[in-house]
Amino acid sequence: MALVQAKQDQLAARIAGLSFRREGWLGAARAEALARLTAMGLPGKRDEYWRYTDPTSLTAVDAPQAALFDAGDEAMVFDGIDRLKVVFVDGVFDAAASDDLTLSGVEIERLAQAGGADIHWARDLYGVLEARGQKPVERPLAALNSAFATDGVMIRVTGRAARPVSLIYHHSSDRSDVILHHVVKLEDGAELTVLENGPAAARFSGVMEVEVGAGARFHHIRSQGRDHQRRAVTHLFARVGAGAAFKSFTVTANGVLTRNEAVLELAGDDAVAHVAGAAVGDGDFHHDDTVFVTHAGLRCESRQVFKKVLMNGAVGVFQGKILVKQGAQKTDGYQISQALLLDGDSQFLAKPELEIYADDVKCSHGSTSGAIDEVALFYLRSRGVPERVAQSLLVLAFLAEAIGEIEDEAIAEDIRARLEGWLTRHEH
Amino acid sequence: MLHIKNLHVKLQEEDKQILKGVDLTVKAGEVHAIMGPNGSGKSTLSYVLAGREGYEVTEGSATLEGEELLDMEPEERAAAGLFLAFQYPVEIPGVGNMTFLRTAVNAQRKARGEEEMSAGDFLKVVRAKAKTLKIDAEMLKRPVNVGFSGGEKKRNEILQMAMLEPKMCILDETDSGLDVDAMKLVSEGVNALRDAGRAFLVITHYQRLLDHIKPDVVHIMAAGRIIKTGGPELALEVEENGYADLLAGAQ
Repeated sequence: MALVQAKQDQLAARIAGLSFRREGWLGAARAEALARLTAMGLPGKRDEYWRYTDPTSLTAVDAPQAALFDAGDEAMVFDGIDRLKVVFVDGVFDAAASDDLTLSGVEIERLAQAGGADIHWARDLYGVLEARGQKPVERPLAALNSAFATDGVMIRVTGRAARPVSLIYHHSSDRSDVILHHVVKLEDGAELTVLENGPAAARFSGVMEVEVGAGARFHHIRSQGRDHQRRAVTHLFARVGAGAAFKSFTVTANGVLTRNEAVLELAGDDAVAHVAGAAVGDGDFHHDDTVFVTHAGLRCESRQVFKKVLMNGAVGVFQGKILVKQGAQKTDGYQISQALLLDGDSQFLAKPELEIYADDVKCSHGSTSGAIDEVALFYLRSRGVPERVAQSLLVLAFLAEAIGEIEDEAIAEDIRARLEGWLTRHEH
Repeated sequence: MLHIKNLHVKLQEEDKQILKGVDLTVKAGEVHAIMGPNGSGKSTLSYVLAGREGYEVTEGSATLEGEELLDMEPEERAAAGLFLAFQYPVEIPGVGNMTFLRTAVNAQRKARGEEEMSAGDFLKVVRAKAKTLKIDAEMLKRPVNVGFSGGEKKRNEILQMAMLEPKMCILDETDSGLDVDAMKLVSEGVNALRDAGRAFLVITHYQRLLDHIKPDVVHIMAAGRIIKTGGPELALEVEENGYADLLAGAQ
């Protein structure tokens, strides 16, 4: 009983300072999320799902201080991409820096203004996928987000969006504690790309719920970093309809704590879900990718491709599961997680899992960690390539498979060039 | 061009002496061949000159145009004009052949204080040189040596050599794994690079490569030393009689 009481006290302390807004349908959705959270309590170090990542700084009452990051004269990621910008500074919508939220074939509403309005499609989505994603594994921090998010965007796509919607986060206070929640609904046959980038806050909680209608296509490309001291926990919940595709890629550079969870459900037949990540970290970098893919439809395909480059004691975590439900025949599931350890101090902790209840499926998973290929390094150097450049080339080569998951060539090149710049800069 | 004096080398990991006093001088414009039985130290010599880790030089020196190679990093040796065509060219997934070539060419130019080559100029030069080696555009686009046949890998080595224009070229068993046509192609590539300012050290087991790349001097290496030096006829002698007589003579 003492433990239960302690958990309740911890939760009460955590949410005491957060404002709970009751108005309208959103208030009802928040109340349900709060009830879920109260039943679960906050995650602790002893929880199996948090075995490799200590949630203490994410559940603490106050956000630990995080120095602001100065990128110098480096342009932000996606700078050269034509996109509709939605800017949040420490979690607060910045209208002046944002574009008009109008885009052909797309409705964009702000969560902060949605409570009173009857936005039926958002009503069927907000907190709904998050609630579905609480089984079989509890994700209390996602419920906390649904209950207390202060803002975010709600996007409905009915056609093919002319431009990507770009969510840009700025961090201006070293104690900022930000909770944002986005929902995206793609109607049948619609197509949208969502970009996310920028240091969000000292402590950031982000949830995105995505419903991909039949035959629709959703692309998500996210860049986290290079701010180092911040902490972030993100949840991506998606339900993918028949013949639809969901593709998400995240590049992460630096960060003392990043936990990216993706909970994907292939609900319709012939659906596709790809989730990939490339992470590079140094020293007290800690990066956790936790993925749960459920195959419910026939002939669905899922891919998980995660690559991490770790140095000077950095820690990488991968927990990835593929669950193939009864009847989900002809499933094609692929999962690979690999770490390149640039020294003996770094660690990669991987827990790949398969759980299969159908008999006609193809599922593969692999996980490796290794050092840089000394023979390849010598080969490059023997051609006159300086050691540091040679190492960067090999690191980029290692990350290439993950970056290759980005379909849009221009965006992929932006990410690749960015990583190359970061790697080179890092070494000077 | 290349002066090797009394070079002694052992493996770093174990107490095993591989080279036991190699002396060799190659002048500009010359082609030297080194032949010798397996385990005589030929490949070790090439690796030590190129700066591969895992070897310890216990005595001696190796200079390229008067500069001590053994004090330099591998990339510095390359910039100084040394090139090793590998016996087993390395596959590097994820690094495009073109990116690799251009990075190498420009890194060497930068190290020598020369201007970097523009993307356009580079492309023109590499296409022309690739064509003479029958390397198609598809091969240039692929990752370095990945999915290349044995012959393609060796031709790719020669392409790198042609692009980097080194002064001292070491070819480590470039003929191994080549069929007759590929050997001819590779040899033509090498011969095209022969000039008064450039020297070659060709390591091979077999005389037949030397039918295509005609050496000025032939050395026989055994048990970590050069035991005999002569003209092209020495290679023919080995081909006919094997190494046994030479080895017996040396002892």
